Amino acid sequence: MTRTRDKNEFMSKTERILQTIYTAVDEINEQLPKGKSLAKSPETVLFGQLGQLDSLGLVSLIVTVEQYIQAEFGSDVTLADERALSQRNSPFQTIATLASYIPSLLDEHDTSNH
Amino acid sequence: MNMTPATTDQRVLLVTGTSRGIGKYLAGYYAAQGYQVIGCSRRPASEHMANYRHFCLDITDEENIKQMFSEITREHGRLDVLINNAGIASMNHMLLTPTKVVRNIFETNFIGTFLCSREAAKLMKRQGAGRIINFTTVATPLKLEGEAIYASSKAAIISFTQIIAKELASFGITVNAIGPTPIETDLIKSVPEEKINNLLQLQAIKRLGEFSDVSNVIDFFLRPESDFITGQVLFLGGV
Repeated sequence: MTRTRDKNEFMSKTERILQTIYTAVDEINEQLPKGKSLAKSPETVLFGQLGQLDSLGLVSLIVTVEQYIQAEFGSDVTLADERALSQRNSPFQTIATLASYIPSLLDEHDTSNH
Repeated sequence: MNMTPATTDQRVLLVTGTSRGIGKYLAGYYAAQGYQVIGCSRRPASEHMANYRHFCLDITDEENIKQMFSEITREHGRLDVLINNAGIASMNHMLLTPTKVVRNIFETNFIGTFLCSREAAKLMKRQGAGRIINFTTVATPLKLEGEAIYASSKAAIISFTQIIAKELASFGITVNAIGPTPIETDLIKSVPEEKINNLLQLQAIKRLGEFSDVSNVIDFFLRPESDFITGQVLFLGGV
């Protein structure tokens, strides 16, 4: 597990999270049929009527993002807990909403480990 | 960012509850076959052997389990087989069973199996292949008096096996269970001989099981040709 700390020193936390999600997207795309790849863009719709993933694909993406977040930030976050699933606006709608949901989880993890 | 370092060609097998009994036997059996075997139990390993690494942990402790899987990922980058063997039993009339005993049995037998299966599946999913073997018991279908809690915890394992087999199938992971008859291990040493003999009479083949009966079934589930077999529960002894 190589943490790219040098590069990350010049990158905001938000940007690091987005890049981490994109790395997970690369891995998921390897498993998706041709023509069904997810675009690496904040606007990419993940799930719902306009979403590109079925429910199993979303499960797979969530688990993969959790694993890369763990590798990149050293934080063991759970993305799909009761809180995430009960939110009026699902954090799993787009890559942007997912990216904006993760910092609060990382902050909680940091606080609970101090 | 590289999450899967140093993937080796050697197949990696994790078996839980390896300090004694069936788990100890399986660890030695698969290490001798060339697997890199990872074992775990509350107690330290009783002996050192080649191709074997031991983790001393509590199977019900989520942090312990996650830490072990992090180390497996870091050291081997793969997990081919998970054998959820760790289990405890306590025989008593339900009217005399303290709640603490019920919690202990469910925590070890069910929660332990759940935690290891979840973390293993995350790792196996990346490979697009994996085999999970769970342990249930003949006490569940035989509905043995005095084993309400133990048999219930193992009934949960049957449902769990059958459902996650469906949930994990698209990742190339098969999930099956074995239901052994009584075998001469510490688990049954406190059970009166008469009770064991009565139990054997309920089996089609009336003898105690042996360790090799268990590894024979697991070998079958692990065969490459068994990749179309999932969600199955195989009871020994004709139960």
